[in-house]
Amino acid sequence: MARNPRVAARSLDGEMMIMSGRDSTLFTLNKTATILWQSADGTTPLDEIVEHRIVPEFEVGKAEALQDAEALARDLASHEILQISEEPIPQQSVSSGDAAGDAR
Amino acid sequence: MKGLLEEMTEKALARNIPLSVQVDLTYRCNERCVHCYLDHDDHGEMTTSEIKHLLDEMADAGVFILTLSGGEIFLRKDFFELLEYARRELQFCVKLKTNAILIREREAARIRDLGVESIQISIYSHRPEVHDAITLIPGSLKRSLDAIRFLKAQGLRVVIANVLMVQNMADYRGVRALADELGVECTLDPTITPMMDGDRGVLSLGIGQEERRQVYRDTALVGDVEEFCAVSTSANEDALENLPCSAGHTSCYVSPYGDVFPCVQFPLPTGNVRTRRFIDIWRNSDEMNDVRSIRLKDLTTCTSCTHVASCSRCPGLAFMEGNMRGPSSQDCENSFARTGVPSANMLAKAKLGQKAFGQATSRAAANLVQIRALPNMAGASA
Repeated sequence: MARNPRVAARSLDGEMMIMSGRDSTLFTLNKTATILWQSADGTTPLDEIVEHRIVPEFEVGKAEALQDAEALARDLASHEILQISEEPIPQQSVSSGDAAGDAR
Repeated sequence: MKGLLEEMTEKALARNIPLSVQVDLTYRCNERCVHCYLDHDDHGEMTTSEIKHLLDEMADAGVFILTLSGGEIFLRKDFFELLEYARRELQFCVKLKTNAILIREREAARIRDLGVESIQISIYSHRPEVHDAITLIPGSLKRSLDAIRFLKAQGLRVVIANVLMVQNMADYRGVRALADELGVECTLDPTITPMMDGDRGVLSLGIGQEERRQVYRDTALVGDVEEFCAVSTSANEDALENLPCSAGHTSCYVSPYGDVFPCVQFPLPTGNVRTRRFIDIWRNSDEMNDVRSIRLKDLTTCTSCTHVASCSRCPGLAFMEGNMRGPSSQDCENSFARTGVPSANMLAKAKLGQKAFGQATSRAAANLVQIRALPNMAGASA
């Protein structure tokens, strides 16, 4: 799973703003989607992200969290925010949009 | 119902975040438009590394929408390096403003690959003899239109910016038809900005009252003319607490020399990024905070004006007339042309026996225009 390099992204006081590269639609991501976005480095599998980032954050069972995360990732991919593949996806120097920290 | 961008803007406003910044990469240009307000000589542009450092600071500050403009941005040899850095490393939502005459298929494809949000291109007329007479470059309309086609072929969003002036007043319908034919958006703007050195002579190119009235009554532009031209109800106390515009509140402008201003059309220097961090200027500059403190209720003359609630008063143009809390004559002209009711400023001037319209503005006030590099700016001399 990787971030689509054609979107624009910025964390506004903890809330991730994403602008679609396809049609300039603006999205804000909820906390789970933000974790997926930030963790989507093209190599880490979704189940690892769920286990290490989502389960501890939300105190939910892994199976349930994985099911929800898969649906969310597909939704983000349908808006061309994320790219999903069974294989690692090479990234073109895309930061997570908050590498320098949130604007506060 | 509020749009998401409006919601995010409100959030940015509440948290003092500069959501949108225009950076002019250069004032150099390959056209010589008769109405242009810029000095095209290079007085010490920021280097590639200085601009990248600025972009880093802007990303840290929360800037999301980055408009790269000029001058002509493609005259910078490092343009694509900067664009790639802004998009790939920092993920700004990037908009470009250009005359596009240096954009060919290759450049269009690269712009597309880098995920630019939109490209605004100045087109003055659908007729080469009119457009080229404004840019003073023979063949410029053809090159700009070719570029629009190249960009559209890449699926990019293109916006034609049509500045209205005496020379091209008769052509705006032709430009709109051309935009429709090309499948691009089109904006129309009758505002002419005074020169950077304060010279207001260029304002004589602006269209007159009769032409403005004609534009405001064109249903193709404004929709319901009666509604558009209606005099607004007077502002209540809540409305008077409103902000005049986004300048200094959620947006600002940085010149090629690193000077930060509230807006490209508001030449009040607030600091220089070569000597001070961008976020420090944004948050702590006395000048920026002064601009930020203005509310409609604080305006001299305008607070009591019939048009206060609906006026497009530009505080930058007002500043260039001598008082950022005062009226902007061009906007008074617009309100008058739209409604037929003179503004409080026009009535006051008439009372004083002055000419009520923009050409009456004084040269002394114009000297307040101060787009320049601030002192202690390394390598900035011409």
